[in-house]
Amino acid sequence: MAGPKYPGFDTLALHAGQSPDPATGSRAVPIYQTTSYVFRDTEHAASLFNMERAGHVYSRISNPTVAVLEERMAALEGGVGAIATASGQAALHLAVATLMGAGSHIVASGSLYGGSHNLLAYTLKRFGIDTTFVLPKPENFRKAIRDDTRLLFGETLGNPGLDVLDIPAVSAIAHAAKLPLLVDATFTTPYLMKPFDLGADLLYHSATKFLGGHGTAIGGVLVDSGRFDWEASGKFETLTAPYSGFHNMDFEEESGTRAFLLRARREGLRDFGACMAPMTAFQILQGIETLHLRMPRHVENTRKVVAFLKNNSFVDRVIYPELPEHPDHELARKLLPLGCGAVFSFEIKGGRAAGKRFIESLRVFSHLANVGDAKSLVIHPATTTHYRMSDEDLKKAGITAGTVRLSVGLEDAQDLIDDLDRSLKAAAKA
Amino acid sequence: MEILLQDKKAFAYTAAHALEAGKPSVVFIHGAGLDHSSFALQSRYFGYHGWNVLALDLPGHGRSEGPPLATIAAMADWVVEVLDQLNIEKAVLVGHSMGSLIALDAAARHAQRVEKIALVAVAYPMKVTEPFLDAARRNDLAAFDMHTIWGHAAQVPLGGNPNPGMWMYGDNLARLRRLAPGVLHSDLKASNDFVLSGTVQCPVLFILGKRDVMTPPRAAQVLLEKLSNSKVEIAELSGHGLMGEAPDATLDALVAFLRR
Repeated sequence: MAGPKYPGFDTLALHAGQSPDPATGSRAVPIYQTTSYVFRDTEHAASLFNMERAGHVYSRISNPTVAVLEERMAALEGGVGAIATASGQAALHLAVATLMGAGSHIVASGSLYGGSHNLLAYTLKRFGIDTTFVLPKPENFRKAIRDDTRLLFGETLGNPGLDVLDIPAVSAIAHAAKLPLLVDATFTTPYLMKPFDLGADLLYHSATKFLGGHGTAIGGVLVDSGRFDWEASGKFETLTAPYSGFHNMDFEEESGTRAFLLRARREGLRDFGACMAPMTAFQILQGIETLHLRMPRHVENTRKVVAFLKNNSFVDRVIYPELPEHPDHELARKLLPLGCGAVFSFEIKGGRAAGKRFIESLRVFSHLANVGDAKSLVIHPATTTHYRMSDEDLKKAGITAGTVRLSVGLEDAQDLIDDLDRSLKAAAKA
Repeated sequence: MEILLQDKKAFAYTAAHALEAGKPSVVFIHGAGLDHSSFALQSRYFGYHGWNVLALDLPGHGRSEGPPLATIAAMADWVVEVLDQLNIEKAVLVGHSMGSLIALDAAARHAQRVEKIALVAVAYPMKVTEPFLDAARRNDLAAFDMHTIWGHAAQVPLGGNPNPGMWMYGDNLARLRRLAPGVLHSDLKASNDFVLSGTVQCPVLFILGKRDVMTPPRAAQVLLEKLSNSKVEIAELSGHGLMGEAPDATLDALVAFLRR
């Protein structure tokens, strides 16, 4: 007898989280552009506020359109649920603020998006949360763990050197220390990697990037695997002790698998308020509906562009884990069999001046501060995304003055190669 | 709250309320492989509406120490021991799936301790398919998949969860992954082997999901014919996971049934 079967990724990307609207029959996800929801009566209102009934009260806490995105992402990642946020940065902040307060410590990969580095290195420090940055090798995480550590954190593909986070090894180290592992999975999306299957406990995306894919909406989404045992860890009072801010609720006692998301929604969205707008959720859902079609093309185009650059005499080095010389090549083969994404870096000969001329010569690639768009993008990290980092931190992150980061889009690959070829020749004359 | 039974720690969720002697008591009993949080919304409601609530983690489940109890009768006796320990003379029992059999058995053999029973997603006999039992016996993850997929209506993976932002399949799987090896098989076997002895005189409410593929409404027919003092509520769109799939319909049915 054949066992039951889960819907495939492509089906979930199109359907999960939404059945045709019961009121109108609308097949597309309706945009519930409303702040609030009429209660049936006072008893119903009280029950919703006290989490005795499921439903929506106020769109900062939950909204039907946003809930479709949240459920769909939880389905695609294999989590228990998700919370959509105003941005990827808001998702990271929500994760940290739900787990810890002043006097806590994070061990983070040094190869992070500049915004994440800022939050951890400067802003959270002001609120008493300290971070140790390490080169993202498992043993370095282990060595940096302290008694007050509450979280291990890294990117599935580090920014911008594309260090592949050894999630099985780092999560094993985290779990041995009774700590969760949070990963930023923006560059890989659930199409290329399922971090929970590899051992991660929490993950988030900047949904602005490949999930949306259209470069029109800023958003984030935080997903919980529901697998970390907060009670057994004994290190997370926010989840395992009565919370006077919500009827003395002990979130872990309420539900072991839902504790993190309960607190994140009931406290984090309520008090910090970095919720996602319903229109944004709708736009990101439009992107997710074609994620399974776009990601293979992103990877295919990237491979062609990488092959071109690899053999170009004006290029010093191409940094992409599918290349045998990348330090994490073998790990990438194991953890990312469908491809290493569409964001990568290379070093142009001639340093800063050549880099400037190169970027200004491009016509198809757009020079801007984003990645994961359907259109191809380019940026110079040392003067933009990572400009606040010290030289030492830049070096740790594998960035030099000549590093150029590309986000390869869905255009005709030959047009992209021609654009790069012409601009590299122009740069050589700089 | 934690209680000690047979030298083992047992957990009962009380909706953040201390038990009070003057209040009526309702006990929620989860299904195979799950825990008290199956009844999260419903148990919380009654805790805030004048009832002593005990949403139990059966031995070997959730926060209660193992091993699991091997028969429905042993589980029913254990529930009554919980009542003894907490000086609760009589209670309403609300059970889901395997928990409904426990409530049924307790009502038959401990009639003086049971005021009413609500049977959510019940079948009698509750026959478990051999492939499911076999996969659970081998601690094969396929058993978790069968539990998850058959445990919800077919539209659940493609439809919206009434609980905003949650993925019902994911939550079910996450709870099953926390089980010690052998617990799910023990539960399934206990359900499969259960034979009702004695009669049930107290009022009985059946809450059934029309789209339930694990315990479809027709599988409750034998029991319905045995229990004269009963009524049935059918949730049109729900599968086996009524408390999550149709939380309001389930709660409304319980509120009406427990109204005093």
